[in-house]
Amino acid sequence: MDIADTAQHEGPPSFAQAATLEFRNVSKRYPGSSQPAIADLSFEVPAGEVCVLVGPSGCGKTTAMRLVNRMIPLTGGDILLGGRSVLDRRPDDLRKEIGYVIQQIGLFPHLTIADNIATVPRLLGWDRQRMTQRTDELLVLIGMDPDEMRDRYPAQLSGGQRQRVGVARALAADPPLMLMDEPFGAIDPISRERLQDEFLRLQATVRKTIVFVTHDIDEAIKMGDRIAILREGGRLAQFATPAELLARPADEFVAQFVGADRALKRLALSTLADLRLIAPNGTPANGDRVALKTNVRDALSLLLAAGGRPLTVVDDGDRVAGLVTIDLIGRVLADSPPPARPVAP
Amino acid sequence: MPSLPAVVIPNFTAGGGGACESQNHLFCIDWVRRNWSGVLAPALGQHVVLTLIAVGIGFVLALGMALAAYRLTWLERPFGIGTAVLYTIPSLALFEILAPFFGPTRTTAEIALVGYTLLILFRNILTGLREVPAEVRDTARGMGMSPRQSLFRVELPLALPAIMAGLRIATVTVISLATVAAYICNQGLGAPIFTAINENVFKTELICAGGLAIMLAIVADLLLVGAQRLLTPWARSR
Repeated sequence: MDIADTAQHEGPPSFAQAATLEFRNVSKRYPGSSQPAIADLSFEVPAGEVCVLVGPSGCGKTTAMRLVNRMIPLTGGDILLGGRSVLDRRPDDLRKEIGYVIQQIGLFPHLTIADNIATVPRLLGWDRQRMTQRTDELLVLIGMDPDEMRDRYPAQLSGGQRQRVGVARALAADPPLMLMDEPFGAIDPISRERLQDEFLRLQATVRKTIVFVTHDIDEAIKMGDRIAILREGGRLAQFATPAELLARPADEFVAQFVGADRALKRLALSTLADLRLIAPNGTPANGDRVALKTNVRDALSLLLAAGGRPLTVVDDGDRVAGLVTIDLIGRVLADSPPPARPVAP
Repeated sequence: MPSLPAVVIPNFTAGGGGACESQNHLFCIDWVRRNWSGVLAPALGQHVVLTLIAVGIGFVLALGMALAAYRLTWLERPFGIGTAVLYTIPSLALFEILAPFFGPTRTTAEIALVGYTLLILFRNILTGLREVPAEVRDTARGMGMSPRQSLFRVELPLALPAIMAGLRIATVTVISLATVAAYICNQGLGAPIFTAINENVFKTELICAGGLAIMLAIVADLLLVGAQRLLTPWARSR
């Protein structure tokens, strides 16, 4: 991989690699089918960012993801990983460099957790000591005790634990790119939220380029640095940051897909700390209090519950940071989010 | 030299050993003592060899057929029909069909016995491979395993419980069928059984040889269960 096309960042040295991913006029047509599954798809994911592919079922989002590691052969255009075409690589070699997590996780039931995690390192011929070290490091990273978990089998794990081991396995050989197909899809809603938060913390550490497939727009908004919304026939409806998508849906299809509550979803993207709060104006605030780290959507809900009276915003040290009103939040929505820096060539 | 204590000398007079045997009682322990090393033990040994060869060759053939049919699905039907036809031929008839070609030899017996293992082993191995979850095969491929690596590291190990189940049925079946093989090659535990039948149904010999065949089947099955537990540690740690 070309060094110039990979991002080096401040993460721990054992997670050094991330690469840009570019879809260039990609198309996929199955033989005997009149409609293409993917049509002229172009977008670019900067190194270290999470790009969510989202859309209704049958829009080709999983197909688009599987074109990247050539699980499905593409029929037109090109996909470049770190500036190099995936078509120039032997599929088996390419796949060893791309982390792969699917909804059912697909842990090998006959291998221990340690052996599952060490799958790709073993294929790459790492020595035993290096594999053990790496496995333990990853178990710690996903919040598991290596001594306790190493020798267990997947059947002895809960759904959430299996999911985390699946992510650790995909990270084992420090791939520059991870593909994740509805990785939280089979998890109950409460655990899913916790795993999403955990995953975002993990991603803040490892800073991988990630292609994340989901059908759930809320998950897309939460997980994505960028979102590619696909419509039937594998056509790109919009490629934008979550804030931009919610503020300026490209068309009726996108507006419908993100939902009538898109303004509220936008509010959930920021916290009161991001707002220019009204100065307390000397008078001691005696209204209800709300923490500075509350997201704006929840703050609006509290404002409505308080009958529209201003709320006093306090920081962690219980110091007054200012006041928030419904009006103020309304003005935030009126402001357009900064447009995302252009990435398409 | 001090005189030796009285030695029990087997009675080789007409009718075998004593009243028990001459009157064909249910079980004559003296006969067993006298004939263990000369008749029963060699027959048991031959029976084990007959079984090992038949199951061994049958397993190799069935594994090859199952792997071929796993990759090329159209092969499943012809292989399935072929092994099923072999399985339905009555054993005595099959021995008679093969005898003109290979004579009254162990080869004839083994060919027939191998034929009976194929259906069970082929079906079980193929089913075991097919039942590997699709997502497990998908991740094996998605993480960069070649088809061969996926087969040997993932698919075959996961098919092991089904394969071992097939081996258990095939082994017990062959141990039972191999007694009939004595009809053609006069080997194995079938030989003393045929002798006993020809000698006015000599009960002791019949019970001993039959009992040994049953015990052999039970021991073989237990050994295979033990092997399966050793080979599939993941299956018992749920």
